[in-house]
This record gives sequence, C-alpha cells and structure tokens, in this order.
Amino acid sequence: MRRILAILLENEPGSLSRIVGLFSQRAFNIESLTVAPTDDQSLSRITITTSGDDRVLEQIIKQVNKLIDVIKVTDLTERSHVERELLLVKLLAMNDKSRTEVKRITDIFRGAIIDIGKQVYTVQITGDADKLDAFISAVANETEIVEVVRSGTVGIARGEKALRV
Amino acid sequence: MTTELYTGAEMVVKALAALKVKYIFGYPGGSVLDIYDAIFNQDKVEHILVRHEQAATHMADGYTRATGEVGVVLATSGPGATNCVTGIATAYMDSIPMVVLAGQVATSLIGDDAFQETDIVGCSRPIVKHSFSCRKLEDIPNIISKAFYLANSGRPGPVVVELPKDMLIPQNKGEFHIDTEIKLRSYNPSVKGHPKQIKKAVKTIKSAERLVVYTGGGIVLANASEQLTELVERLNAPCTNTLMGLGGISGVHPNFIGMLGMHGSLEANKAMANADVILALGARFDDRVTNNVSKFCPNATIIHVDIDPTSISKTINAHIPIVGLVDTVIEQLMAELSDSDYQQNEQALESWWQQIEEWRNQKSISYKADGDKIKPQQVIESMYEITKGEAYVCSDVGQHQMFAAQYYPFAKPRQWINSGGLGTMGFGLPAAMGVKVAFPDSHVICVTGDGSIQMNIQELSTCLQYNLPVVIVSLNNRSLGMVRQWQDMIYGGRHSSSYMESLPDFIKLAESYGHVGIQINHVSELEEKMTEAFSIRNRLVFVDVLVDETEHVYPMQVRHGAVDDMWIRKGEKA
Repeated sequence: MRRILAILLENEPGSLSRIVGLFSQRAFNIESLTVAPTDDQSLSRITITTSGDDRVLEQIIKQVNKLIDVIKVTDLTERSHVERELLLVKLLAMNDKSRTEVKRITDIFRGAIIDIGKQVYTVQITGDADKLDAFISAVANETEIVEVVRSGTVGIARGEKALRV
Repeated sequence: MTTELYTGAEMVVKALAALKVKYIFGYPGGSVLDIYDAIFNQDKVEHILVRHEQAATHMADGYTRATGEVGVVLATSGPGATNCVTGIATAYMDSIPMVVLAGQVATSLIGDDAFQETDIVGCSRPIVKHSFSCRKLEDIPNIISKAFYLANSGRPGPVVVELPKDMLIPQNKGEFHIDTEIKLRSYNPSVKGHPKQIKKAVKTIKSAERLVVYTGGGIVLANASEQLTELVERLNAPCTNTLMGLGGISGVHPNFIGMLGMHGSLEANKAMANADVILALGARFDDRVTNNVSKFCPNATIIHVDIDPTSISKTINAHIPIVGLVDTVIEQLMAELSDSDYQQNEQALESWWQQIEEWRNQKSISYKADGDKIKPQQVIESMYEITKGEAYVCSDVGQHQMFAAQYYPFAKPRQWINSGGLGTMGFGLPAAMGVKVAFPDSHVICVTGDGSIQMNIQELSTCLQYNLPVVIVSLNNRSLGMVRQWQDMIYGGRHSSSYMESLPDFIKLAESYGHVGIQINHVSELEEKMTEAFSIRNRLVFVDVLVDETEHVYPMQVRHGAVDDMWIRKGEKA
C-alpha cells in the first residue's frame, strides 16, 4: 500500500544521508523523496513516498523516529490530506497538429506551456501522481516525449493539524 | 579580564576529563597527533596503546560491559578509523555505549582523497547510534558531551565523533565551554511504561497458567537484576536468559531454567514453547532465540518490555507492548501487582513447575566424559570450580562461547562478556584486557579457541606493556569448531577450510611476548594445571588446552523448526 510520510528533522549535515541510508539498510522502499528547509531554517522537511503493509510501515515509522535528528514523523495517508507533485515535460511540437494537441491537453489538465523551442514545448503540470501519469499517457498518444522530470510528492494534512516543533 | 584559550586538541582532553573519563584506548597517527600531545601534558586521562585499533574498540567495550561506564576510543583518520568499524558494529549490535573519536584530514582537504582520508562518518553510519563531524573548534566540548549523553541514554550504543586536523592544531584556539547536562529537542527517550499497558500486563500475568519470564541484555545494561530477581520470586515464575542476558538472574537461582535459543537448555526452550504468557524484558526476539518465527510460540500472549520501540513487534508480534526503561517498568509491574489483589493460580503454577522439572531432569546440558581426551565442557567446569564462579568471563566466538555460556553459571550481571549480536571473533582477548583495566584484582578469563585467539593475538604485547594478567583459556581443537560442527551436521561432513594446519606453538608464542604458557594435553592433568594457571596472579597465563575436536555443542535447535525442536545429543531429537 502506498504511503506518504512527512518527516521534520534537524537541518544538519548528514541528516538526509541517515534517512536514505536507513531505507536502504533495512530494505524499505522509496518511491520518491523530496527535501527542503522549512520557514524555520534550522529544520528540514522530507516527504517520502513508500509502500508496504501495516507491519512494515510501523517499522519504518519507528526506525525513522529513532534517528537522533528526527523530530517528528507522520503518515499523511492515514487521514485526510492534500498531495501535489510538479511535472516538467519537454514534448516534440514540430507541426500544427501536435502543437494544437499539446496546447489542448495541457489546458484540460490545467497546466501551462512554460517554454518554447524551435521544435519543442515545455509543459508544467501540478497535481497528484495519478493526474501526472494521466497527462503523460494522454500526451504520449499525440506526440513524442523528449524529457520528463518530476519533483516527487509533497503533502500536507487538511485542516488545523500541523507538523511543527 | 582575559579568558584562557585552548586548542581543539586540549579541548578534547579537557572535555573527557570533565566527563570523568579515566581511560582512552587508542593508537596514534598523523591526524590526531595534537590530541596525543595534549594527553602527554596532563594526568587525568590515561591512554592505553593497543596494537590494532579494532582491539581498542573491544577493549573499551569490555571495560564498559564490566563497569557500565562509557568506553572511549581514539584513532587516527583513514585506516585507523576503518579498523574501528568491526568494534563499533560489535558494540552497536549489543547496545554498548561507546564514544569513538576519529581523526580526519583538515576540512580544506576533505573530499580530495587526501592521504589517510576516509569518510568514517559515512562508513560507520549504519552501525552507530549517531555521529558528529566537528566544523568549529569551540563546538568540540559540547559535541563530546552530546556524544556521551547519546551513547549512554535510551537504548545505548556507539557514537562516532570525527575531528578534522585543522580543528586540533596549535595555531587555532578558542574558549572552552562544556555543558554536562544535555537536552536535545529531537531526542527524548521514554523512561516509564504507559500505566494502561502496565495494568493490562499485570492482568495478563495474573491470568497466566504457564508464565515464562524471558530476559535479555537489557536487564544487564539497565542494572535491573535485583528488580528482576524480586519479580521472578514474587511470581515464582521460571526465568530464562538470552546469551546476552546471562547473569541477569543468578545462574544458580532455583527459578532460573537456563539459557534459551539455539544452544539453550531443553527446559528453557520447552517452557517457551508451552507457555501461555511470555513476559519479555529487555530482550529482542533475535533469530538465534526464536528459530523459525512462523512457528514461534503460537499460543502465547506476549508482553514485551523494551526501551527501543523498534525492537517491539519487529520479528515477533507483541500483544502488550511496553516502551520504557526495564528497571522502571519492573518496579511499575511490582507496584501494580501489590495494588491489585493479585492472586496466583497456585494449582496451575505447581503443575507448571512439575512439568518444567520433568524437562530439567532430562539434563540436556550434559556430556559424556572420556578417560583420555579432554572434553571442552570439562575445562569450563574446572574454570568454574577454581574461580568459585566469581571470575569475569570474556568469550570469543564459537563452540567455546556456547560451552562457557552453558557450563559457567553467572551469579551476577556483567560477569559474562561476549559478542552475542555480531559474533565477532577476536573480541575475547581485548575485551578481557578492558575488564582487567577496570578490575585488576579480579580473575579475568578470556575463553577462546585456536581460531578466535589468532584474530587479535597481537594484543599479548599490550598486556605486557600495561601489566594486564588475564588468564587465556584456549579450547584448542585444531579446527574452527562451530563451522566444523555445522559441516558435520548440515554439509555431509565436508570440512571445507575449517581445520587449522600450521598452528603456532602457543606456549612459545606466549613466552615470546613475556607471558607464561601452560599446555594441557591429557584429562589426568587438567585439574592440576588449571589450578596452577589460576594461582599465577601477576603474570598473564596462556592455557592451551588440547580438547576433543569431535565434540559438538548440544542441545541445538533443529534448523527452521520451532523454538523447542532440538537435537539433544548427537543423532537424538528431544
């Protein structure tokens, strides 16, 4: 089962490597990982998308919590939450037909064309992972995909609940 | 007013002194020479020079296991630091507090593949509780203080502190400030067990008809042996210890039913398999205990007390998990037992003990003496008698380790020192040396074999330099006994690379290092020569006992079986 973990940890050298090391050392799976400092520069927030049954997930959360740098861990998928991912994709747009189609599909997905080259369009889409997958398969029917970059999922709980120190 | 300024190297030593460190075990090298210079200029902290950094880690480890004080290791960058890796892993697996100070090349050179540069923080990351790399010399004292606090609180473990050369040199100085009380916002280990869980546990214990108390190294680490004994006596429950937990309750206590697990007693493993409630205290359901987890005690309700939440329900699902310090939790359990009108089902308890006595009477920990060849078990028994069961026994890894665990009942915790989790050959001698440093007047034995002893034999030199008269009892079977046993039992008797040809003359070897060597060849001279060996108190004695090489360790769990599926003797299942 797919899970999104939000981790708040000390923004110290080596703290990211401890998280990544832990996952590989204990054979836990990482589908995606994002990291950046928070409004408080002494803290980093990591979002990890992982998968496993309840027992594995319990171990993952306990093991992550055990790391000295880690202040809080929460499983966002446990309750109502918002998740977003950013996709940048470079697509061949060499003729009118493909240009029109790319523009049309991008509009449908509420994306934006953010750059144009002689033969390519670069499109930006945000949404959950499913939406990004759907866009890629829709656009692939119309033109050739040149390059794809995805940010990995970030997420936040709905409502008043906040992950803070 | 002028404040006094110190170099980073001076700060290291000053911080150690402030933390009441008496000994550092280490080996000098380029990146840490400033620290060695600072050590030379003071007399609060004594440095003990080993012959290989791995031995420094085991020596610090042995010192810690015997005293409970955090052991300190000092090694240079690169090979000095990487030589510590096995010792750090050994401490990590057995939750031993240790602080390893490792040199590093100057910060300006880090990443350049400089001479003797290794990313020791990276190398050791999976086997440390935490690590620090120093980037500002004023941070040194508090980094060291934090390292001690982390190493010795919660679930203890090793902490690595990397010290780049430019933090230590005489050109750079700063003010010294140390906090001996440390608080970290990201680290708050539990102490007390949750009151609801305590109530639940006591209710379950009360309803038990076949209760077993199963305890591990956590009891020893938390100095909870008195509390454990009280609890066991109060419940009149059978108590079994893991290899790491031996001495947690006295080995001669009537309620003690022996070690459990792979080479545990029949009564211990049978009791576990037939229990309706298992109270696990500071033990982690290691695979050397459980055997096949899918067959492990399916009918028991498991109460699991541990300081580390990750140990709970990792391999075996706990029905009543309790996170907390094991001594505190036992006190809570005792208080709850007193509060609730606790009534034991006397009849059930009586028939449970009757059943256990039946298993006990099968005397699974026994061997057949031979009029000619020395049985390894006899050597341990002789050791026990001569030292009246009061020695510190530090073991290497292999058959001799299991024989010592089985045939030397430990009356007290911290008397039995072995690498249970990692199973590090070469651990025994340096660990014994560390114990001897702490307790020069006690008998300290290194039980070893012809394989293990050769993995750190160079330390015989350190023993002479620092006058560490340990007694090395080597059960010499001219082979790697445990490997050979598995090859006999599982690999059709094909002894692939498990025998030792060209063994050194251990007597001459000991003598060449300035020690006493005694060889024992025949069963008739065992008592006399062992007595002689232990009567020499001021010199190291190397006792080379030529034992029966065909002897196997029994009982032994049948592979992939349940906890009580056991070979009781050669070719005989329980």
